[in-house]
Amino acid sequence: MPESRSAAKPLLTVEHLRKVYESSTGNVEAIGDISFQMNAGELVCIVGPSGCGKTTLLKCIAGLLRPTSGVVELEGKRVTGPPPNMALVFQEYGRSLYPWLTVRGNVDLPLKHKKLSRAERDRLIDDALVAVGLDHAAKSYPWQLSGGMQQRVAIARAVAYEPEVLIMDEPFAAVDAQTRADLEDLVRTLHRERGMSILFVTHDIDESVYLGERVVVLSKSPTWVQEDLSIDLPAERDQLVTRALPRFTELRTHVYEQIQRAKRGEAVRPGVTAA
Amino acid sequence: MTATADAPVIATPATPRGSSHFRRQRRLRTLRKVVLGLAGIAGFLATWQLLPTLGVVNPAYFPTATDTIAQLSALSRDLEFWRNVGRTLTSWALGLLIATVLAVVLGTIIGLVPFLRRATHTTVEFLRPIPSVALIPLAILMFGYQLQAALLIIVFASFWQVFIQVLYGVADVDAVARDTARSYGLSRGAQIRSVVFPTALPYLMTGLRLAATVALILAITAEMFMSVPGLGRAIMIARESGQWTTVYALVIVTGVLGLLVNIGFRAIERRSLAWHQSVRGEEVL
Amino acid sequence: MTLYTSTVVTPRKPSRVWAKIGENTAYALGLPIILLIIWGIWSSISPALFFPSPLVIAEAFVETWIGPAFVNDVLPSLARLGISIVLAVVLGIAAGTVIGLVRWLRELLEPIFEFFRAVPPPVLIPIVAVLVGANDTMKVVVMVTGAIWPVLLNTIEGVRSTDSVMTETAQSFAITRSERLRFLVLPAASPRIMTGVRQCLSIALILMVISEMFFSSSGLGYQIVFFQRNYLIAQMWSGIVLLGLIGVLLAVIFGFVERRVLRWYHGVKEVERA
Repeated sequence: MPESRSAAKPLLTVEHLRKVYESSTGNVEAIGDISFQMNAGELVCIVGPSGCGKTTLLKCIAGLLRPTSGVVELEGKRVTGPPPNMALVFQEYGRSLYPWLTVRGNVDLPLKHKKLSRAERDRLIDDALVAVGLDHAAKSYPWQLSGGMQQRVAIARAVAYEPEVLIMDEPFAAVDAQTRADLEDLVRTLHRERGMSILFVTHDIDESVYLGERVVVLSKSPTWVQEDLSIDLPAERDQLVTRALPRFTELRTHVYEQIQRAKRGEAVRPGVTAA
Repeated sequence: MTATADAPVIATPATPRGSSHFRRQRRLRTLRKVVLGLAGIAGFLATWQLLPTLGVVNPAYFPTATDTIAQLSALSRDLEFWRNVGRTLTSWALGLLIATVLAVVLGTIIGLVPFLRRATHTTVEFLRPIPSVALIPLAILMFGYQLQAALLIIVFASFWQVFIQVLYGVADVDAVARDTARSYGLSRGAQIRSVVFPTALPYLMTGLRLAATVALILAITAEMFMSVPGLGRAIMIARESGQWTTVYALVIVTGVLGLLVNIGFRAIERRSLAWHQSVRGEEVL
Repeated sequence: MTLYTSTVVTPRKPSRVWAKIGENTAYALGLPIILLIIWGIWSSISPALFFPSPLVIAEAFVETWIGPAFVNDVLPSLARLGISIVLAVVLGIAAGTVIGLVRWLRELLEPIFEFFRAVPPPVLIPIVAVLVGANDTMKVVVMVTGAIWPVLLNTIEGVRSTDSVMTETAQSFAITRSERLRFLVLPAASPRIMTGVRQCLSIALILMVISEMFFSSSGLGYQIVFFQRNYLIAQMWSGIVLLGLIGVLLAVIFGFVERRVLRWYHGVKEVERA
């Protein structure tokens, strides 16, 4: 593929990633062969059928798991452990936030070793809390807040950390529908206002189309990239208007069909002859 | 999170090499744990052997491990030793039983009646921290150097363990479960049987485990200082006649007894806990 | 701690506040006062040799303990108890953290430690007494060696079972190991550790009483036995009451510390049960 001189190098590269687990009942090939790229400032959503190894993929990208083979590169550097310029938002906010720290304390914690002045840290924290709408809850403890607010705290923590890449692992799966809509808009706002590069894993097809600039559809296990779809919806998105657009319906139907094919195992892996 | 939502479908049939490799890894890990544990014990015994041999500690008062173990096997052939074990276990069991019955009865009654709970709260919180051994002089005055005196001490301490747990258990009844019972028109008695009792049972088991440990400690303490026959008394007699190998051997025996009691009651507790998601505070001694 | 809700809470009316305080006091003092009155009446009707009336005991209490005896016997006992507890807790947590974090060390030492913990602590008193001599050091050594095990073993257990999601969170934010220890591992283990500290307190108290009663010629425990042997019943009772007060004091202090340290934990549990 010809590289134009103005095209920047991709921020994140995943090449032929493969992960095999050994379990007591046999070898489990969680990820077969995943390759994709992400540029700086993109919002990429990853969807796939249940059990297709999305979380495994994220953990490999985040350096929390060692892949069996394949390469993950962040800003040209190979990822062998959790890279310092990456932040993670987990699905289980209840277990990811520390209950003995206040909201402010939780957001502050990753900043402690970043060698910033106290004033600088405070500015980042205040900024992040305002951005997620929790500036009034800084002194509360996470368990005093509702689920949606707790997830906001986790997002604020990631935002204050100022990472190059923000990875979110099904962050809104455990949150009610109304809150989820608010949080989706929050993610889009953060992405647009701060130009954050976000990798967003979800099982919710509508969410992936609503949020993403690209949607990567994963196949069934052993997982590979079934499709890398460009979302050509306008950059300004709104829960009511965007979701009513005919293009939105087309795109989501397409993704839905892809997932159905993936579940039925009908999609054929390129380069592999059909059985 | 990792196991439930994203459990991958097994793509390849179980390759014999893969599964046995995993099993071998797990067996190696357990083996390592056992080996290290035994190594720790061996290291302790070796240190024990060396300290008196090298004269670091006075060998007259601190016999070697080998001497102690030899004495231990000699004791195991002595009928009187086993009688002492029996006596200790008897006073332990008797005290535990009395304490449990008292605690279950009182705990259930008080736990079920909110007025009683509030009224007795300060009294309980004042009496509970009193160290049972503080009552030893009183017990000696009242009963002399006899089993009843020992029982007073054992029961007083063990009672609180079970009592507090029963209180917690009776109060922990899930509001939804209770409302369900009431909405189906269950009588008070039936409610207690089918909702309160199963909820309180794991708490009771925890209380029993804690009380069992406490009761053993106090049974032996009573034997040591109130001249009640048993292992504790045997230790003091051996000490007075300077038979230190016997003393240390008996100490090991008490440790083994303590371990057995703890393991046994933990197993019982775990069984009753199998279905109960509990959030309990542990109170001891 | 209040839950974060959107409902409005109106403050209570002042008259209701006083009524509430009065009610609470009645519940708090009611039963004890009734029991004391019953005891007093009983002992004046049919005096039992070993159960003098509460008034006599109170008199003896003031006579015996408010004065030189306090400085000579009670304060040293308390000082020894305090030192032993501090030593046991500090050493237990420090060693427990190291052992809990180093897997092979834990597997090496845990079995033998479990055995030590199972040995009834009073049994060690004659042994320590003969090795160290019947002095103050002996009492402290006895208390520390008896009371350290719950703290040590609970710390090991708490430190090694840190939640995996919390650990992954820390790793993903590239938090250093020492920061992890201070902000994740130890706070997460603190409920477990506090349980161990509570057990440690009771064991230390028991050992203090016994070592003074039967292996010493000074201290609070010794005084009580002295009274008993000389049939000074009221004084003996006053000593028992004093020991009870010390026990209660320890429990209250521990309660304060625990509520402070585990405030977050109690809050989480409260929310879970709501």
